[in-house]
Amino acid sequence: MEIKSPISSTGKKLRTEEMIINMGPQHPSTHGVLRLELIVDGEIVNEVIPHLGYLHRCFEKHCEHMTNYQQVIPYVDRMDYVAAMNNELAYAIAVEKLLAIQIPERVDYIRVIMAELQRIASHLIAVGTYGIDIGAFTPFLYCFRDREKILDLFEITCGARLLYNYIWVGGLSHDLPTNFIPKTQSFIKEFRKTLKEVTDLLVYNEIFVKRTANIGVLPKDVAINYGCSGPMLRASGVDWDLRRDDPYSVYHKFDWKVIVGKGEVGTIGDCWDRNMVRVLEMEESLKIIEQAIVSIPEGNVQSAIPKRIRPNPGESYGRAESPRGELGFYVISDGTASPYRIKARSPAFVNLSVINEISRGSMIADLVAIMGSIDIVLGEVDR
Amino acid sequence: MTFQEIADKLSAKFGQNILAIKSDVKPDPYILVSADSILEISKYLRDEENFDFLNSLSGVDLKGKLAAVYHISSLTSKDKIVIRVEVETANPTIPSVESIWKSANWHEREAFDLFGIVFSNHPDLRRILLPYDWEGHPLRKDYQVPEFYNGMKVPY
Repeated sequence: MEIKSPISSTGKKLRTEEMIINMGPQHPSTHGVLRLELIVDGEIVNEVIPHLGYLHRCFEKHCEHMTNYQQVIPYVDRMDYVAAMNNELAYAIAVEKLLAIQIPERVDYIRVIMAELQRIASHLIAVGTYGIDIGAFTPFLYCFRDREKILDLFEITCGARLLYNYIWVGGLSHDLPTNFIPKTQSFIKEFRKTLKEVTDLLVYNEIFVKRTANIGVLPKDVAINYGCSGPMLRASGVDWDLRRDDPYSVYHKFDWKVIVGKGEVGTIGDCWDRNMVRVLEMEESLKIIEQAIVSIPEGNVQSAIPKRIRPNPGESYGRAESPRGELGFYVISDGTASPYRIKARSPAFVNLSVINEISRGSMIADLVAIMGSIDIVLGEVDR
Repeated sequence: MTFQEIADKLSAKFGQNILAIKSDVKPDPYILVSADSILEISKYLRDEENFDFLNSLSGVDLKGKLAAVYHISSLTSKDKIVIRVEVETANPTIPSVESIWKSANWHEREAFDLFGIVFSNHPDLRRILLPYDWEGHPLRKDYQVPEFYNGMKVPY
């Protein structure tokens, strides 16, 4: 965009030059401690240089000092702290792949139910806080009210509301409580109403559409080249979901569809699409939970937990679709009881790397919309 | 494509540069290639074999050697492949694949930050997770935790 140099009423030309503005680390729209160094020309953003690491706590180094593979799970919880179940699931998949053990079917079903409930809870935060970023306060309250109900379900299952240590390598810490299934069914019934309310209040709201449509457009090839995954990739029109394309657990047994951005009110891959993919995915998660909950088989959830985890020397890359995208764990074993190396491929870290590409030339206020639509969790970005 | 098919294709095309095909590593076998050829091999994999997605790039300390492990996959054919490059710790230089997959940019910065692997021709090789004035590379196995950082005692 060409900017004319400002001319005062006396005809004098003013200086125009680029300047550096720091956004964060203490800024409400960065959803944590992230510093963005902006090179701006007036209100136009020319370059975004993210500075990470404010929340770095040596997750990978800690793992190497664990004396047991199960001990890593509480640390994994604290990576993406709003979607801890999904993190545990991905880690468990990676280690179980290394151990080559079979999991009872009941465990798989419960894991899927938990992972999908957690996905809804995480997307509710994403959609609710995104509304706040844009200036819509009410949908946030609706979203958090219903997220509380999911956290209640987790609480009756394992006692914790955020950081569960629930999915263990080979099994689960607790079986489902007796009232879990009826409570979840009534939650699903109530939640469908909320979902409609949120859609009516926020998604098609004219102000919201004006702030998000055609903003931060991420083309398909750029998204793939930058390694984006999850709702970010799907919003750009790539039909890719690990739950369907690299099936793990028991996802192949359920009937649901992958949501892809269509550019309904703007361009494919804009901020509105990314938000809409999350809203529609919640409905798909409900479908999966509904089907899983009625067909859940009987069994012992702790029968396959290894007494002593000592994998043969080898390496495995296990991955799962977390609410933010492809969460992978690269685990190397040297034959001892502690992992030789664990690398976490966190989706938010990779998704964030594209920010400079998609925000070039936008206004500073639009950058807030773009940041929110990427849906980062700094605990996972910095690890 | 199975692992063996890709390995055969690569060894037919790159011969000497394919150092070993570790199909006995369980559960994810890998192909060990020479550091000089990684850029060419990446280009071939992306352009000819449709591996358009770099999932992850991890540094590994092998005590005396440093390794970079590339997990690459294809969104169209759903194939997956693991490529590995090993270099001496004394001179850890690997050509950057940032020009092939942009996602390598931050992954390589991370490996540089935590392992000290130098990726040549990287456009912006700075530390990413640690402070810019941090000394040493913490994920190396022989790393000693410093007692002081900028004159402040590091508590344990």
